[in-house]
Amino acid sequence: MEEEKKQLTLVLGVIGADVHAVGNRILEYALTEAGFKVVNIGVMASQEEFINAALETDADAILVSSLYGHGEIDCRGLREKAIEAGIGNIKMYVGGNLVVGKQDWAEVEKKFLAMGFDRAYPPGTMPQQAIDDLLRDFGFTQKC
Amino acid sequence: MELALLIDFGSTYTKVTAVDVESAEVIATARGLTTVETSILEGLEQALEGIKPHFAGALPEFQHRLACSSAAGGLRMVAIGLVKELTAEAARQAALGAGARVLGVFAHQLTAAEMEQIDAGCPDIILLAGGTDGGNRDTILHNARMLAAARCGSTIIVAGNKSAAEEVRDILVQAGKDVRVTANVLPELNKLNVEPARETIRRTFLEKIVEAKGLRRAERYIQGVLMPTPAAVLNAAKLLATGTGEEPGWGQLVIVDIGGATTDVHSLAEGYPTRSGVTFKGLPEPFAKRTVEGDLGMRVSALSLLETVGARKLAAIAGRPEEEVISYVHAVHDNVELLPANENQWKIDTAMARVAADLAMERHAGTLETAWTPMGAMYIQHGKDLTRVPYLIGTGGVIVNHPNPREILQGALYRQEQPTILRPQTPRMMLDKDYILAAVGLLAEVKPTAALRLAKKYIVEI
Repeated sequence: MEEEKKQLTLVLGVIGADVHAVGNRILEYALTEAGFKVVNIGVMASQEEFINAALETDADAILVSSLYGHGEIDCRGLREKAIEAGIGNIKMYVGGNLVVGKQDWAEVEKKFLAMGFDRAYPPGTMPQQAIDDLLRDFGFTQKC
Repeated sequence: MELALLIDFGSTYTKVTAVDVESAEVIATARGLTTVETSILEGLEQALEGIKPHFAGALPEFQHRLACSSAAGGLRMVAIGLVKELTAEAARQAALGAGARVLGVFAHQLTAAEMEQIDAGCPDIILLAGGTDGGNRDTILHNARMLAAARCGSTIIVAGNKSAAEEVRDILVQAGKDVRVTANVLPELNKLNVEPARETIRRTFLEKIVEAKGLRRAERYIQGVLMPTPAAVLNAAKLLATGTGEEPGWGQLVIVDIGGATTDVHSLAEGYPTRSGVTFKGLPEPFAKRTVEGDLGMRVSALSLLETVGARKLAAIAGRPEEEVISYVHAVHDNVELLPANENQWKIDTAMARVAADLAMERHAGTLETAWTPMGAMYIQHGKDLTRVPYLIGTGGVIVNHPNPREILQGALYRQEQPTILRPQTPRMMLDKDYILAAVGLLAEVKPTAALRLAKKYIVEI
């Protein structure tokens, strides 16, 4: 990351009643190593916790993980809540095992983008892809 | 002989305790009425008369003369933050831990109506927080501009986002406010840091509030009014829990302090989950946590206690008819010096104290929430798990003077029918029998080990 530019702050968490902690730790590590300021709210995080954390830390993006198949129900309304809280323009990414079974990814992605997410990632995505996307979305040309 | 004179200027009574420091013995205690309207010294002298007989009629030389005060309304504060559950809560915790009476907690950008509320309450100190370090700046800057125009509250402590703190100070200084900047109460989202703010509040109390409350005159007699009374009690609790370099403390403990106007609960415990499979959520809890219930009190707040509990329930606990309970509660509210005169009145007083202990502990203790997941039931803990805390200490007039204080303290314990409220389960029940906790907190400032021995000697199992 360029030195003059502000360090990007990311709120990271596993949404809903989901207790998968390992991936969350790996993401925290990878994102911190990549130079981001990571605010990890951990597992079983509610939508309000994501919004409140982003508000207090003036975060640039919210990264939502969901690994237990209830992602669609848990994520619905998150963008609307952000708008209500006055941070409607914040970038939101989502990834994990978002839905149950072998559904067509293109359909799933469309659903999450329509929900207000800027990017959605299928199972098996490597952290580096999200890192690259973050840098691109925030106009950083140089890779770290 | 090394002697200490410890004074508590309470809202109603001025209590003095004379202590022999070397042997850690209480020599005498006495009280007089608090006379803050005329001269604080009148009541103090009245109280000192009361201990003279123990010194053959003349007061000896006291090497330590220290006081705490909750007179003239105590230390009245307002706490301001950004998100209600985060920086606003952290600011509230800092104020409570400094022994303040919190008049109001405000979140997000202050409105004109909220400014009117602040002006109407006219707090001694305003604690302004908001944003983690490097986080949100807009709200605290907006709030500083609003406070700059406030008529009341000229002393403001800034404990918010460090990236905005200097700008906030400039805005307030230009408006003629007395501003003190201290470390952020919530520097990172998962890191509570209330101690620097508590310390700054205390220093401000010493410099300014003592003067404003007419306590300065007492300083001819004593070396200083060191802190608000609740801060002295919390100080004593901290000492008793953690000990000193020379002598170990008791470890984790909870104190229930039932007063005329409020019921305070102090917990000195980490409060981490004691069971497996429990996830902790929310703001981290301070090791030394104080909560104040303004609606639960034995005299000034007797009516609000009755309203909160309901006459039927209170009557059922007391085992007396509803009308009798209602008329007694009104009587003690109208005449705060009234004490129970017969067995039936004792029953009602006991019931009131028991419910106060019960509700204050219910609000202080953490809770477990069940979340159903694809892996079955999971538990989310909010607040402190106090189930394994080994000591429960009772203090406050009604407990100290009660023939069977255990009956009152039992109200605070864990209940089978409320398994999600994490109150102490099987603690040893202790009594502050000579009402010395505040004095211990004061003595701890100069002679911590002697103060600890004093506490251990006079807080007894019941």
